[in-house]
Amino acid sequence: MGRTTSKDAQALIHSLRSAYSATPTSLKIVDLYVGFAVFAAIIQVVYMAIVGSFPFNSFLSGVLSCVGTAVLAVCLRIQVNKENKEFKDLAPERAFADFVLCNLVLHLVIMNFLG
Amino acid sequence: MARNLGGFLVLIAAALIYSSALASYIFQPISDSHRSAALELFNSLGGSFPSVEETYEELRTFEVLGIDKRSDISTAACQSVSEILGSSSSTLKDLFYALKVNGILKCDIKEDVFEGVASRLQAAVSGASALLDFYYSVGGLALIKGQTTKDDLYLADAEGVFQSIKALSQSDGRWRYNSNNPESSTLAAGLALEALAGIVSLSSSEIDQSLISTTKNDILKLFDSIEKYDDGAFYFDEKLVGAREHQGALSTTSSVVRGLTAFAAVASGSLNLPSGKILGLAKIFLAIGIPGDAKDLFNQVDSLAFLESNTVSIPLILSLPATVLSLTKKDALKVKVNTVLGSNAPPLTVNLLRVFRSGSKDTLLTESQELKFDPENAVYTLDALPKSVDVGKYTFVFETVLHDSDHKNLYATGGQTRIPIFFTGVIEVDTAEIAVLDSDLGSIETKKKIDLAGDNTVSLSANHLQKLRLSFQLSTPLGHAFKPHQAILKLTHETKVEHIFLMRSSGKQFEIILDFLGMVEKFFYLSGRYNVQLTVGDAVMENSFLKAVGHINLDLPEPPEKAPQPPAQPLDPNLIHGPKAEIAHIFRVPEKLPPKELSLTFLGLTLLPFLGFLLGLLRLGVNLKNFPSSSVPAMFAALFHLGIAAVLLLYVLFWLKLDLFTTLKGLGFLGAFLMFVGHRILSHLASSSSKLKSA
Repeated sequence: MGRTTSKDAQALIHSLRSAYSATPTSLKIVDLYVGFAVFAAIIQVVYMAIVGSFPFNSFLSGVLSCVGTAVLAVCLRIQVNKENKEFKDLAPERAFADFVLCNLVLHLVIMNFLG
Repeated sequence: MARNLGGFLVLIAAALIYSSALASYIFQPISDSHRSAALELFNSLGGSFPSVEETYEELRTFEVLGIDKRSDISTAACQSVSEILGSSSSTLKDLFYALKVNGILKCDIKEDVFEGVASRLQAAVSGASALLDFYYSVGGLALIKGQTTKDDLYLADAEGVFQSIKALSQSDGRWRYNSNNPESSTLAAGLALEALAGIVSLSSSEIDQSLISTTKNDILKLFDSIEKYDDGAFYFDEKLVGAREHQGALSTTSSVVRGLTAFAAVASGSLNLPSGKILGLAKIFLAIGIPGDAKDLFNQVDSLAFLESNTVSIPLILSLPATVLSLTKKDALKVKVNTVLGSNAPPLTVNLLRVFRSGSKDTLLTESQELKFDPENAVYTLDALPKSVDVGKYTFVFETVLHDSDHKNLYATGGQTRIPIFFTGVIEVDTAEIAVLDSDLGSIETKKKIDLAGDNTVSLSANHLQKLRLSFQLSTPLGHAFKPHQAILKLTHETKVEHIFLMRSSGKQFEIILDFLGMVEKFFYLSGRYNVQLTVGDAVMENSFLKAVGHINLDLPEPPEKAPQPPAQPLDPNLIHGPKAEIAHIFRVPEKLPPKELSLTFLGLTLLPFLGFLLGLLRLGVNLKNFPSSSVPAMFAALFHLGIAAVLLLYVLFWLKLDLFTTLKGLGFLGAFLMFVGHRILSHLASSSSKLKSA
């Protein structure tokens, strides 16, 4: 039973990796960026768990900055992905411009909240 | 301590007597205090450039008071006088006052300057229609006449000018300022009389007697509107609505006095004015004491100087150097009679007519007494006071009789003068004793004499079944019973609870009996030591005292349950008004912060994902080959990235020091720039990628 599982898992991971390697580089960059943002957020949450939540507004702005950019990056990825037929008519440049604009607005708020 | 307080009481009493004496009708002639006040008031003007009118007022006041200050001001004043007289554009008013200043200072003015001014004034007189123009020009001419050697200075049409001034007079004796103005003024009447007097002195021929007599009639009518105070002072008040400044009763009265005395000096025949009214006018100027204003002081001093030398009747003022006299020290009653400026009166006799005790109408004198004259000090002294005069307040009525019968028309003495006088003395305190009595029998348990002069004190003890009796006798120097304003017994407990009792008298005897049985509740059942203090004081009592008699130990029963509590003692004023305790501020306790190293470690940790991100990018083989190569898009691309960097930098600045509004302004400009370059570069990229697709 266990054997089958590990084999299956190996097979699953292998198929996932081979499938992922077909992903365009630009999307991989976005994935990497999302991963970076999420890790940065996790580290801050860990810090808060160890030290305490004072000053809370700084903690919130730090975490929300990371989470917000991650979400925006995911949105960008959805819009840029060519296989996603829903956004077929949307130029990737337009999506990038939206991403930049949203990030600037988000960080204006974050900076205001940072204290 | 007690003696100090006693002295203080006497001081207060003396102050009370003094102030009430001032409120009574005593008028003191001009004295040295006026001189020092004049120096002070006019010196305060010194800093600015005084007008020629102010200079005249200053010089005139000093002249009358006999202060020699001319050298201080004469140089500057003479210079402005010759400037004014020499200039053809100076006003009539300035000319008039410049001539008045010159009259006092005798500046070195050339004859031809006087001639020029005289011809100007002559022209002004013939062209004048308003009262003030007449006043200044006629007054100026009269002044020139006194200051030059020329004696052929006459007014051309004296009677005509007289009549045109007279035409402005009203039926009630007052004058109008000009013919267009129907309002009449008392102050203007004074000015008009002065101008008329000037015309009479300037006239080459005798003025028609009928004109003079109608003017005298006007004066008499004017004096019908005179007003009176209770103390016998008379004054004129200005009824003109909207009068200019300095037209109060003082300056109005002053103006009338100047006009009256000037006119009386030149007009032949007597004016038939009652001398009491002239005396009353002098009294109003003396009654104001020392004015706090230079203008008022000038009006006072100037008018008194005119009254001093007037030809109607010269007021004589009866005054007393002291109105508080001590019977014990045998102070003599002294009276002075002076003119208003303080010079000696002509020979006269002062009689004491009546003496009243305050509140009673019976005179203490059987016949009038003549006061003895001391020619050396010019003081009238009463040899012996009436026998029945004791301590207290009296009213003395004096009469002044002039020796020379010719003087009776020349001087105004006012007949009888009522003057309030206080007599003080040492009150004799006798048989002062304090005793403790048994309540039921009234027999004396302990009895002690009190020595009110010495310092020794008594000590007693009593319980609630006993009584305390304190008694003494007061008698005046004449041996009469004396009832002081204050006769107070005060008991003070150790806890500073005070009980105050008023002493009642029957005849000379003052006695108070405290029955402790009826007073245990009033004493709040407080046993222990009570200090006994006796206060006897009065304004006429020279030996008022506040004396610590001693103490008494009271043994009172235990308080029942519902006994009243002694009142809370008033707080020490230091506690109420003294410095408050320092305020300790409570600050928020700072949050516990983690050690610095831990925070820095986590700062490093947050950089780790970024490193991972960069490594991942390297592994993916990311490059910048797609960066536009041609110059214009490359520039736009670079600007786009720079713009983003600038916005992020602006955010950092916002975090560090800027406020939201500055940031938003900057962001507006940067955002517009970024939109432009971003749109250019992204549309370029889009077009190139679509070309790639189509190719």
